Amino acid sequence: MHGAGAEMARPVSYHTLVMLVENKPGVLARVAGLFARRGFNIHSLAVAPTENPALSRITVVADTESTPVDQMVKQVDKLINVVRIDELAPEDAVEQELLMATVRAGAGDRSQILELCQIFGARVLNTGSTEIMVRLAGSPGKLDDFEDLLRPFGIVAIQRTGTVALPRLERSAATPR
Amino acid sequence: MKMNGGQALIKALEMQAVEVVFGLPGGAILPVYDPLIDSPIRHVLVRHEQGAGHMAEGYAHATGRPGVAMVTSGPAATNVVTPLCDAYMDSVPLVCITGQVPTAAIGTDAFQECDTVGITRSVTKHNELVTEASQIPLAIRQAFHLATTGRPGPVLVDIPKDIVDPANPRSAMEWYWPTDEEVAASLPGYRPQVEGDPALVAAAAELLCAAERPVLYIGGGILKARAAEALRALAEMTGIPVVTTLMARGAFPDDHPLCLGMPGMHGNYTAITAMQEADLLVALGSRFDDRVTGKLDGFAPDARIVHVDIDPAELHKVRRADVAIAGDCRIVIEALVAAVAAKGGSAAQADRSTWKQRISGWQERFPLTYEQLDPGEGHVKPQFVLERLRDLSPSDTIVASGVGQHQMWTSQFWRFNHPYTWVNSGGLGTMGFSIPAAIGAKAGRPDRTVWAVDGDGCFQMTAQELVTASAERIPIKVALLNNAYLGMVRQWQEMFYEERYSEVYLSPDLPDYVKWAEAMGCVAMRVESTDEVDAAIEKANAINDRPVVIEFRTDSREKVFPMVPAGKSNSDVMVDPTQAADLDRARGGR
Repeated sequence: MHGAGAEMARPVSYHTLVMLVENKPGVLARVAGLFARRGFNIHSLAVAPTENPALSRITVVADTESTPVDQMVKQVDKLINVVRIDELAPEDAVEQELLMATVRAGAGDRSQILELCQIFGARVLNTGSTEIMVRLAGSPGKLDDFEDLLRPFGIVAIQRTGTVALPRLERSAATPR
Repeated sequence: MKMNGGQALIKALEMQAVEVVFGLPGGAILPVYDPLIDSPIRHVLVRHEQGAGHMAEGYAHATGRPGVAMVTSGPAATNVVTPLCDAYMDSVPLVCITGQVPTAAIGTDAFQECDTVGITRSVTKHNELVTEASQIPLAIRQAFHLATTGRPGPVLVDIPKDIVDPANPRSAMEWYWPTDEEVAASLPGYRPQVEGDPALVAAAAELLCAAERPVLYIGGGILKARAAEALRALAEMTGIPVVTTLMARGAFPDDHPLCLGMPGMHGNYTAITAMQEADLLVALGSRFDDRVTGKLDGFAPDARIVHVDIDPAELHKVRRADVAIAGDCRIVIEALVAAVAAKGGSAAQADRSTWKQRISGWQERFPLTYEQLDPGEGHVKPQFVLERLRDLSPSDTIVASGVGQHQMWTSQFWRFNHPYTWVNSGGLGTMGFSIPAAIGAKAGRPDRTVWAVDGDGCFQMTAQELVTASAERIPIKVALLNNAYLGMVRQWQEMFYEERYSEVYLSPDLPDYVKWAEAMGCVAMRVESTDEVDAAIEKANAINDRPVVIEFRTDSREKVFPMVPAGKSNSDVMVDPTQAADLDRARGGR
């Protein structure tokens, strides 16, 4: 996994893997360990409980340049605690991510930062005398842009959650679900 | 029925029809060893926990039933990591039970504590730390189910002391044996696919019938799937020649006219070359291992691929298949036989007369060979020992080998005509495998003659298990090929490192193998010349009340041929020096 900053840029080819796993100790370690052992690269990782307390959802954005996604999916699916895995190609996924950032905001910069927040639909979470904390939810690309534009002001701390995704909905009326 | 967790663990093993457990007790697992006294399960007390793991593997290889090893926490658990990894690489069904420090002490760096589940996660099919006594029966049932179904493999169950110790109230439980349905429901992410997709089977049958230069490329999956009979039916109906990889020796009889023997780095010329020249490879339970393919982009360049494996992750992993079928090999092969029969069976096969002529030409021109010396001249040839061992032992003898030159010679020179007679460490290549594996095989098949073929390097890694064999009256026989070297490494240094021998010499006399074997309760013999070979083997085969070790002083200059040098294409295979000139001529004419 890469650190924050410019390295956050997504790999050229990536897929989002959405796993339903048993909500048990050690399952995340099994998934992460498998990626490490097989030499698969994780770009981002998000874990959360689901509507069913017995299951958790792990969303991995994986770099598919070095390993075919098919091989990743099948190896993950072999883990006994992985109940289901779905692979979402970028064009098939609606992806969202959350960003929180603390930015230097001297008297001269503050209004510009607030303007930027307005344009992006970001919210101000907390305001200090010389810093401001903002939050933006949106597509990973939008977050990248926002981050780039905040950087000149001076990012004190930034935290991104990693992508979560669901399959894009069918639009054609001829083939309802 | 009320009982404690330790009693429940033993009862669960009895319910799984376990007949033998290989193990060694210690602090954390102590409470489980008490109810073991009252159980009909046989316990084989090993001298090192690695031995327990390999014995369980040998038992599983020879019987097809899951092997069981039981050891304590900490160092005992780390000592079974090698056999677990070995079993994982070779898909051997194994259930390993480890003791763990009491639940409350986990994570405190307690005495003999280690993170067993963390350490073994990447070398097991699955593992589980059980934290409640009431969960023990389900955990054991899951372990056997996972170990033996789908792609078999090792499963580890880690048992903290407090849930098995009758002195601790946490061990109290009500016995309950889960049903098959409950086991399945408890594993929602585990549904191995056993039936092959009929459309893919039909497509495969089409390719099989039409191919002009096909080869059946057979791996260990055939043995795991108990598919040897189905394979024979397929081969005989189609007339397609068969190669059996190191893990599949015995899956198809070596004396069958369609059998070409072992392919790969030290395979025979015909098996290697038939795969290289094939227009269709039918990979059944095999995985395109690098020791089989050689340099991948030069491997079987003209071949289309049909690949059948129970593990979908093997399909397309190394080589893209034209038809990839996820499923159990026996079930899929039976479906293939039916599909080929429906197309006309033998009558529907393409004309392969030229292909068969080419194959028999290679077989005549480049058979396995070695240069035999006159009796009394120089050290014994290891290949000769194996030929005599083969010819003087019952045809259903089980052979276990270590890893190195002696392993390759055994695979090459033995004639495997029965499935489940070859026990070896293929994927991991674990030196020291043979003696404990042979003990496990003999414990499972006491009716069979069991020979361990070992090298002097391997022998020194696990020989102490011969004490186990003597004490437990498990009369295995060991053919120790003592060439005073780490022979395979020596071969590479001779061939690829300009004869610069680095740390490969072991000495023929240190240790004194005969004295050592005798000290461990074995009958021991030393053979130093060719004319002593037969008498020693015959004597060993006649002894059935204790283990026997024959130390053969073998020629250390002997190398394994054919050989595909690492990183080279299989088309660049080197044959025995006596055939090299002929091969050059054959290649010149190509």
